[in-house]
Amino acid sequence: MGKPMQVARHWRHFEEKYALIGGKCENGHLMFPYREICPVCGSRNVEKHKFSGKGKVVSWTIVRNPPSGFEYYKPYPLALVQLEEGPVVLAQLTDVEPEEIDFGMEVEMVTRKVREFDEDGIILYAYKFRPVLKPQKE
Amino acid sequence: MEKPVIIGVGMVPVGEHWRVSLRDMAVEALLNAMEDAGIDKVDSLYVGNMASGSFIEQENLGALIADWAGLGNIPAVKVEAACGSGGAAVQEGAKAVMSGLEDVVAVVGVEKMTDAWPSDATRFLGYAADAEWELFHGASFVALNALIMRLYMKTYGYTEEDLAHFAVNAHRNGAKNPYAMFKKEIKLETVLNSPYVADPIKLFDAAPMCDGAAAVIITSKEKAKELGVPKEGMVELAGFWRAIDTINLANREDFLTLKAAKVAAEKAYKMAGVTAKDIDFFEVHDAFTVMAALSLEALGVAEKGKGAMLAKEGQIAIDGDYPIQTMGGLKARGHPVGATGVYQTVEAVLQLRGEAPEGIQVPDAEVGLTQNIGGTGSNITVNILRRV
Repeated sequence: MGKPMQVARHWRHFEEKYALIGGKCENGHLMFPYREICPVCGSRNVEKHKFSGKGKVVSWTIVRNPPSGFEYYKPYPLALVQLEEGPVVLAQLTDVEPEEIDFGMEVEMVTRKVREFDEDGIILYAYKFRPVLKPQKE
Repeated sequence: MEKPVIIGVGMVPVGEHWRVSLRDMAVEALLNAMEDAGIDKVDSLYVGNMASGSFIEQENLGALIADWAGLGNIPAVKVEAACGSGGAAVQEGAKAVMSGLEDVVAVVGVEKMTDAWPSDATRFLGYAADAEWELFHGASFVALNALIMRLYMKTYGYTEEDLAHFAVNAHRNGAKNPYAMFKKEIKLETVLNSPYVADPIKLFDAAPMCDGAAAVIITSKEKAKELGVPKEGMVELAGFWRAIDTINLANREDFLTLKAAKVAAEKAYKMAGVTAKDIDFFEVHDAFTVMAALSLEALGVAEKGKGAMLAKEGQIAIDGDYPIQTMGGLKARGHPVGATGVYQTVEAVLQLRGEAPEGIQVPDAEVGLTQNIGGTGSNITVNILRRV
């Protein structure tokens, strides 16, 4: 399989993938990922907006037959997470057993390795979500 | 505007064709369709294909197939709309005829998936999703559909068994179709006992990786008469449209509504002058069982959240009120992605000509609908066909 030039391609999205920065249009519509034109009202006046990283699980699956490049990580949970500000993002869940995952489970964003390419490739990091850490009882 | 007609159909059996190449399959299906129409040349060729560049490192399919089919120096081009490529190619061919620029048009849908390693094939199918926001995170196409299925079950209180009825129905019909990949009936338990691919989607909730090609010949009624095609050899493309939705599932307003199918169906019904009640059979895009349910809802056959009830109650069988997947659907006939929409069209034509195999012919079928989904509902085609 051919290797696209991955470095520039992923570097373009560092803000979004490391810091969960999306967009907010002049009419207050929030979006993730960032885009130049608001998908709700069509406004072209969209600013960067940083999301808190807190959210809830809307739906989830366990990927058992992954696309090539992800075989090493299988099986892994993948979820739709609704951020507390409204937009939904797709991401892997981490630090959780499959049977613990449930509808509405509260999660928070963390930065994790997503995959590695071959020896001449790069290592990709991005947001994943884990169950919200609670302080341990004394 | 005068509606175009389909005067010839051809296909090859769907399967794992280790000994045959993409060009061999496409040419065979195409020549079958031309022979069926009684013609030896066409004015142009439209090729429905999703990912030949990835699967077999071959693009420029227009030139490849027209050249190898001996069609001469005609215009030929590939039409791509992910798994919805075939249905879209049929529409582009129809538009060419309706414009008056081209008289007799060939459309072939083709995909060769089994030359690729399975995990690579899984990746290539993922190219229909949003590469940077879905595939990046390791989302396979099955996984994205699994997110929808889990939410559908939770929202409307369905079980995995409820949805498994769609697979059983597809196999019951596919068993009688000589062109189907799986000519075998299955039981509910077969579906339920199959392993998870991406929970809650199991192996038997999903269409297979496979190879195939199907073709149709489209022309105007006037030209068809000139060519000496009898009335019963013509099937009118009475209404058609397609629409897109967000490519990224996460960005969708409602994960459980196929908005693109709704928009496309409304326009197609209007163009054909029919409603869902007038349709005698539906070839819907059941790449996953939950997609069959959502499709029936989007097409106006079932209310929102009630699509799976039709399967549970047996209304989707050949003798039910709303027969679907009359020749096996994607699940049993097989889903060679970019070819699927053309297979659906061929099957609808056979139904309307009364030439469907014994046991799966819908009695006195007058109007049929095909619906072909690209992406997780991001690019959907609806075609309505009618006996002339």
